[in-house]
Amino acid sequence: MLTEIVIEVLQLSIVMFGSPLLVGVIRKAKARLQGRRGASVFQPYADIRKLLMKEVVISENTSWIFRFTPYLLATTMLLSALIVPVLATQAPLGFMGNIIALMYLFLLGTFFLALAGLDAGSAFGGMGSSREVALAALAEPTVLIAIFGIALRAGTTSLDGIITRFAAEPLLMLNAGHLLAFFAFFIVALAENGRLPVDNPATHLELTMIHEAMVLEYSGRLLALVEWAAGMKLFLFLTLLSNLFFPWGVALTNTPVALVTAFVALAVKLLLFAGAIALVETSVAKLRLFRVPELLAGSFTVALLAVVTSFFIK
Amino acid sequence: MTIDSPVMLDLFLVTLAGFSTGAVGALITARSPNWARIVGHGGALLGALGALTFALAGLAGGTMKLDIPELLPIGGAVFGVDRVSAFFVALTALGAIPAALYAIGYTREYAGRHSLAGMGFAFNVFVAAMVLVPLARNVLTFLVLWELMSLASYFLVITEHEREETLTAGWVYFVMTHAGFAALLLGFLLLTRATGTPSFTEWSAAAARLDLNSRNLIFVLLALGFGSKAGAIPLHVWLPRAHPAAPSHVSALMSGVMIKLGVYGLVRVAFDWLGAGPLWWGSGMLIAGAISGVLGVLYSLVDADLKRLLAYSSVENIGIIMLGLGGAMLFQAHALPGLAALALLAALFHALNHAAFKSLLFMGAGAVLHATHTRNMEELGGLIKRMPQTALFFLVGSLAIAALPPFNGFLSEWLMFQSLLLSFQISAHTINLIFAFGVASLALTSGLAAACFVRAFGITFLALPRCEPAARAREVEWTMRAAMALLALACVVLGIAPALTLTPLEATVFDLMGAHADVKFNLTAVVADGGFGWIAPLWIAAGLVVFLLAVPLSLRLMGVNRRQRSYETWGCGRALQTARFEYTATAFANPFKRVFVLLYRPVKELDIEFHPESRYFVRTIAYYNEGRLIFEDTLYRPFLRMIQALAREARALQSGNVHGYLVYILVALVALLVLTV
Repeated sequence: MLTEIVIEVLQLSIVMFGSPLLVGVIRKAKARLQGRRGASVFQPYADIRKLLMKEVVISENTSWIFRFTPYLLATTMLLSALIVPVLATQAPLGFMGNIIALMYLFLLGTFFLALAGLDAGSAFGGMGSSREVALAALAEPTVLIAIFGIALRAGTTSLDGIITRFAAEPLLMLNAGHLLAFFAFFIVALAENGRLPVDNPATHLELTMIHEAMVLEYSGRLLALVEWAAGMKLFLFLTLLSNLFFPWGVALTNTPVALVTAFVALAVKLLLFAGAIALVETSVAKLRLFRVPELLAGSFTVALLAVVTSFFIK
Repeated sequence: MTIDSPVMLDLFLVTLAGFSTGAVGALITARSPNWARIVGHGGALLGALGALTFALAGLAGGTMKLDIPELLPIGGAVFGVDRVSAFFVALTALGAIPAALYAIGYTREYAGRHSLAGMGFAFNVFVAAMVLVPLARNVLTFLVLWELMSLASYFLVITEHEREETLTAGWVYFVMTHAGFAALLLGFLLLTRATGTPSFTEWSAAAARLDLNSRNLIFVLLALGFGSKAGAIPLHVWLPRAHPAAPSHVSALMSGVMIKLGVYGLVRVAFDWLGAGPLWWGSGMLIAGAISGVLGVLYSLVDADLKRLLAYSSVENIGIIMLGLGGAMLFQAHALPGLAALALLAALFHALNHAAFKSLLFMGAGAVLHATHTRNMEELGGLIKRMPQTALFFLVGSLAIAALPPFNGFLSEWLMFQSLLLSFQISAHTINLIFAFGVASLALTSGLAAACFVRAFGITFLALPRCEPAARAREVEWTMRAAMALLALACVVLGIAPALTLTPLEATVFDLMGAHADVKFNLTAVVADGGFGWIAPLWIAAGLVVFLLAVPLSLRLMGVNRRQRSYETWGCGRALQTARFEYTATAFANPFKRVFVLLYRPVKELDIEFHPESRYFVRTIAYYNEGRLIFEDTLYRPFLRMIQALAREARALQSGNVHGYLVYILVALVALLVLTV
């Protein structure tokens, strides 16, 4: 029981304190790829600290929804961190939900953030909300079909079960369906986290913003929470991609050695993903908004192919 | 008269007594609108409470058989109850109790303009008929009650008959409901002739002997009849017209409850009366459900009329329920009874949940209408500050309908996903792909529903009011708020306590299918198919609460800057913030209009009148952007044109000459005599 609590606390802390570092690493890698020196990888911590020290300026038009949303966002991500197997499959609170429940927890955060975007009554916020929910809705079929593809081969939708199954039978992953499902999920992860080519996290032009336009009115500690939650969401998505599709190193037993291995393996995998994202963001331009549905339709097709191949190649 | 289980009969009579008191009481007190309002809806409230007790006793296993041969020809009026019937009576009561309470306050403003006695009378007849429909046990009893339900609701729909659009809506409803009735009548007559009995309870045994063709025909007829009442696409055309036109407490009942009786019929047809059918019954049902779900929510997403938006969303939810029914039929055809029971369980659970949140949302929309006298979202906004409680209740309903945890819509859609994903246990590729299509469309539907209700809640309740009445809106009176509070509570409780509903539901499904659903549950958790998927809604809710308290508390302990200042919204340096700067409902839906342009086929027009001196000065700009309704345009209009053309031809027979008509009668009589002899 004690070890289980320790593991849960460890996983939560890794997500809580590791997510700014992940954001910093991606920014640094991007800067290097673009020939800049870039800020330190620890800059996001300094940013959050700075925001926490500042006073909050709130629009007169807003209601409690606007003030409540940052706390709810952080809450959904922290709760997800308890469900996602970050280090070990034996997470004691993993019984709270399977992968579908997890996706709907993320959607709960998106729902409130979109409301908060509308709350200040500015055209930018509304525009961001409208675009965000449109992309989230269009990404949803890909997510579920990719999950279908995984569940088909693993025989379960529980996160722990999928990892245990794939770790025990690595041959299951040597399947075209597995790779296709991975690609579909990767594109969805980019879209859901507001990365290029769907949304530019570094943009300064309101009219091209999606995520940034929604949170335009936030400041001070509320903005700190929003940014931190966005970092945690990215961290969790990449952890899911790492551990579901490449479960090497995830601790199947709760021994200290296994946990340390799992931590190192996770760090390596996340580093690779951070590099991949930086590479994508340096090499492709942002898509025009009404081109994005085509990208999502493409990823949906890939996910559907993953399912179909699984039916035919058992 | 044959009776068993006297307690059930007592409860049944108490229920009827409540509705009769309401109906007669409303007529007696017709002189005083205030009394008619309170007595009429108070009686309905008592009747609905009786119905709830009766239904709970029925779900606990109570049975009843009531046979009154004197009341109707061909078998008499026969009533009975099993768990399936009891479940739908419970669902009706769940909608009717808050609706009656709400109506006490809501109908206040009809005083002096419309007959409150008439409204109270029709309301009681409507609710009583809905309670009795699932209890009917032979053809004539069922059809009489079904028609009573349709007629009572028709009169309630045209309450505001001084408005042209209400009368049109009523007319479309009247025609569609009777077309559905005709299909049902034909199906029932064929089934009665084929089995030799009008009694529902004897059909399931007799239907197995029928040949496939007549079973197919009967299935199609009954599915069309019940599907049109449920509002499945393309039989939905009456729904987005009639539901918004009715007074809001009636809209709540029509969308929350009445269309579920269509589902009741479909359940009876598919799993009781006709027995297992060929594969295409289930595939057809599943595909129709997927299409209804996606198209329903797409229409809902672009509508600026708050109540019509909710009506379209009912089409969507009926689609989700039909996905479950179709899935159950396919599982049954592939000899997977446990999964079939799971899919049916998910469908029935979603029907119950939809009754709770859709009634809640219609009542919220009714409260907005009551306070601002408009349903047009483009004129609303900022109501969260003026009607904070209504806003909170509407938010709960929105979260529930968007299937977000920890509310009830999430739990039933989660179960639906589990049952559809488990379809990989079937080894037939076509069926696998049909299920994959179902999974994708359910995912798209729920994503779009979330977008739809961000828009509905955000535009209506947040930011600045877009017109004067919205700025002066006041919170509604306590009966209306209490009704919404009850339903909001139901959305939470049904969402976090699975054992509460799944226990009776599982028993219901077992009675119908003879197999236990592949699902285990206790007070806090649900596990599908031996660990295929699990969820602990109560723990998720608890986790949310704990972190929602812990995050601000730890920020405070960390000593962050807690100062807060109010200032105007940032707007790129413009001088003044007005509601004109806000994003509109139309703008919000625009990305969807562009992505799904094939469905909406919008007609855009931009008229700009320039100043005669210079084109750089604009006098007026008029912008139209209207979507077309493809089902009305492609399916119904050609049909209506054909009927009109036939009617013009038939006019030649109408001479207006009495002697001519006498000749027609004589000819008809002779023809009939010749035919029968």
